[in-house]
Amino acid sequence: MKWGSLLLLLMLAWPALAIESYDFSTADGERRYNQMVRELRCPTCQNQAISDSDAPLAADLRREVHRMIEEGYSDDYILEFMVNRYGDFVHYRPPFTSQTWILWFGPLVLLVLGALAVLRIARNRHITPVEVKAQQQELPSALSPQEQARLQALLKSAPQETQQETKS
Amino acid sequence: MIPELGTYSTILALCLSLVLSVVPMIGAHTGNKLWVDYARPLAKGVFAFLTLAMLCLGYAFLTDDFSVVYVANGSNTALPWYYKISAIWGGHEGSLLLWVWIQAFWTLAVAIKSRNLPLDIIGRVLAVMGMITSAFLLFILFTSSPFDRFLPNFPMEGGDLNPLLQDFGLIVHPPALYMGYVGLSVAFSFAIAALLSGRLDAAWARWSRPWTNVAWAFLTLGIALGSWWAYYELGWGGWWFWDPVENASLMPWLVATALIHSLAVTEKRGVFKSWTVLLAISAFSLSLLGTFLVRSGVLTSVHAFATDPERGLFILGMLIFVIGGSLLLYAIRAGSVKSESSFALSSRETLLLINNILLTVSCAMVLIGTLYPLVMDSLNLGKISVGPPYFNALFVPLMALMCIFLGLASVSRWKQTPLRLFVQQLWLPGVLALVAAFVSHGLYNSAFEPWVLLGLFLAWWIVFCWLRDFSNRLRQRGVMSGLLRQSRSYYGMLLGHLGVAVLVVGVAMVVLFVEHHDARMGPGDEVQFRNYTFIFDGARHVEGPNYISDMGRIRVLKEGQPYRIMYPEKRVYTARGMVMTEVALDPGLFRDLYVAMGEELDNGAWAIRMQYKPFVRWLWLGALFMTAGGLLAASDPRYRKQAQRDAQAAMPAQASQSS
Repeated sequence: MKWGSLLLLLMLAWPALAIESYDFSTADGERRYNQMVRELRCPTCQNQAISDSDAPLAADLRREVHRMIEEGYSDDYILEFMVNRYGDFVHYRPPFTSQTWILWFGPLVLLVLGALAVLRIARNRHITPVEVKAQQQELPSALSPQEQARLQALLKSAPQETQQETKS
Repeated sequence: MIPELGTYSTILALCLSLVLSVVPMIGAHTGNKLWVDYARPLAKGVFAFLTLAMLCLGYAFLTDDFSVVYVANGSNTALPWYYKISAIWGGHEGSLLLWVWIQAFWTLAVAIKSRNLPLDIIGRVLAVMGMITSAFLLFILFTSSPFDRFLPNFPMEGGDLNPLLQDFGLIVHPPALYMGYVGLSVAFSFAIAALLSGRLDAAWARWSRPWTNVAWAFLTLGIALGSWWAYYELGWGGWWFWDPVENASLMPWLVATALIHSLAVTEKRGVFKSWTVLLAISAFSLSLLGTFLVRSGVLTSVHAFATDPERGLFILGMLIFVIGGSLLLYAIRAGSVKSESSFALSSRETLLLINNILLTVSCAMVLIGTLYPLVMDSLNLGKISVGPPYFNALFVPLMALMCIFLGLASVSRWKQTPLRLFVQQLWLPGVLALVAAFVSHGLYNSAFEPWVLLGLFLAWWIVFCWLRDFSNRLRQRGVMSGLLRQSRSYYGMLLGHLGVAVLVVGVAMVVLFVEHHDARMGPGDEVQFRNYTFIFDGARHVEGPNYISDMGRIRVLKEGQPYRIMYPEKRVYTARGMVMTEVALDPGLFRDLYVAMGEELDNGAWAIRMQYKPFVRWLWLGALFMTAGGLLAASDPRYRKQAQRDAQAAMPAQASQSS
């Protein structure tokens, strides 16, 4: 059934739902648990966080996360433990490495380039107040050369169009 | 017989659309009016034959013709009739047929509605749309025909439609999304026609604006419907997962949003012409890229693509042809375009340029995040996952910037806006927004959340800034006549921008104030939070037409008083043995109660998930506002009037020639 599930959204994930009830000794632990199970990816599922997956491995990982939080390990330690075991694949937040710098900084570089482009374009088109006045005084009916050209073109194509109108 | 008729009419539609892509194009090029005139009847013919093909496929589904492979895989005798109809687009082959049928529909709409366009433009536009139709029809006929048969031994019972898709959401989500995706081909075709004719002027932007607005509105609606469907159907209450398939629809949306703004500048001011063309090309190319990502299987695994490359290669080829071809044309033609006017750094033009930069950078970010793991995997650099933490970290700041500039843009003027005007006009909305943010946050919840405060501030900022602009406009000519004088485009814009504010409120509230409890509940157990008490009364067996179900009964008390009873279900669809969670919802404008059943535990106890989702409806409400705004703006009579004026301008010329 490779082509079975075909609605666009459908390749999301297997819908089986995992609901368990873990007890936490602290409210902070529960908050951290809920955060962490959403950041870890189920290694055997298609594209699902372990919080949402019904797969046995995901259930094991949830139990591990719960155990380690209850035993007082830090978030960093737990994440490192998981990554050592299952590779970078298991963490939805890709690491900063020489291979992922484009991923993290590419958009930022683009944004800076975009800002520079805005400045450059606006400066190239810059108008002085005198010009503004001159432009405002232009008659509204005056046509630019481009509009003139279009008007000519319209006049040329006009007979065809109206004939077509009468026919249809 | 009927399925063969379907294939036959698909082939006929292909023949007609091949003629449509060649003859009017040559006619427009050589000035042969007769050849261009073929475009309209051909567009009608393509639509007629594809409608027939759709009817044939629908007939096969309704009569349970399991000798057709596609029907046997995606339907079942026990399926209710309305799901048999929506099952037409429940699978790969059928959804492609729906796609191309919608493409034919848009072609027909352009053919009918654009009587007043210059003949060479309409010929080229329809020819380009014919080329796209032909490519998709070739794809269907060679790699994915929905009319293929199982012969001679066909199954007596079908495999059933995926239970996830047996839902109202599936009936409406794909057609709306495809209307948007495919509608972008209209903007694309106008852009290509403008490039080919060498007339990249304001008129081009005016012609394609209403079409682009409508396509954008449908795309918005389609994405919102998908999000809503995922929310109630998948069972864990998420509404956006940053899944590659969702990203595939978000990317064209981001660029299309940039496009509708850029078209406005091009039409009104005659600047950014070549940039607008580039956006129109990109928006449609991203639609195709999304199709490639979803249909080729590269998302599941880069290697799945290599083992069954036929379909993926076809779309990849099409993608390269469309992007490469149109960019080549762009490179040849767009260089000669000159701007018609100038503007200052502080002006509405610049603000719209900033809007475009932010939207395209966001789109590039989503693209990088979606493709990066695929590229790394195919280069054997290791497997990584790019998920919600990455996208949220980059997307949210970009959109926050966007909201700030969106407020600034409200009172800006074309050409030049003195900085002191911004200060003088917007200090009050700024202060009001800050106060309103603190007050609304404090009224709702005393636990201080800085991110909620920021979200509320941005939402109020947008609202107050645009109210400022609105009141300025009314003050000029008295309230009543002012209200009447504003154009539909203006009201559409206002509504769309208000939709952004509503959406921002929804996101901030539901992300940070959601409350969620998973509990093991035996009969009589109760869980209490946020004024509500949930009491589990046990579960019982229920049988549906094509499923069996365990239905829980949960009494909800509000502040100790009986409020309502909710019935979450756990269903097993018998044909596929698939287990589905059917959530129980108590929707409300300010909060949803969301109850889902997990596994059965011992002694009649069940694992139950209860969620309190504040303002979750505002997400889709905001999207509906935007959709309505887009449609309202597109319906502005000014586009039709302008077209009539073009026609009237043509009249005297004809009279003088004939005399």
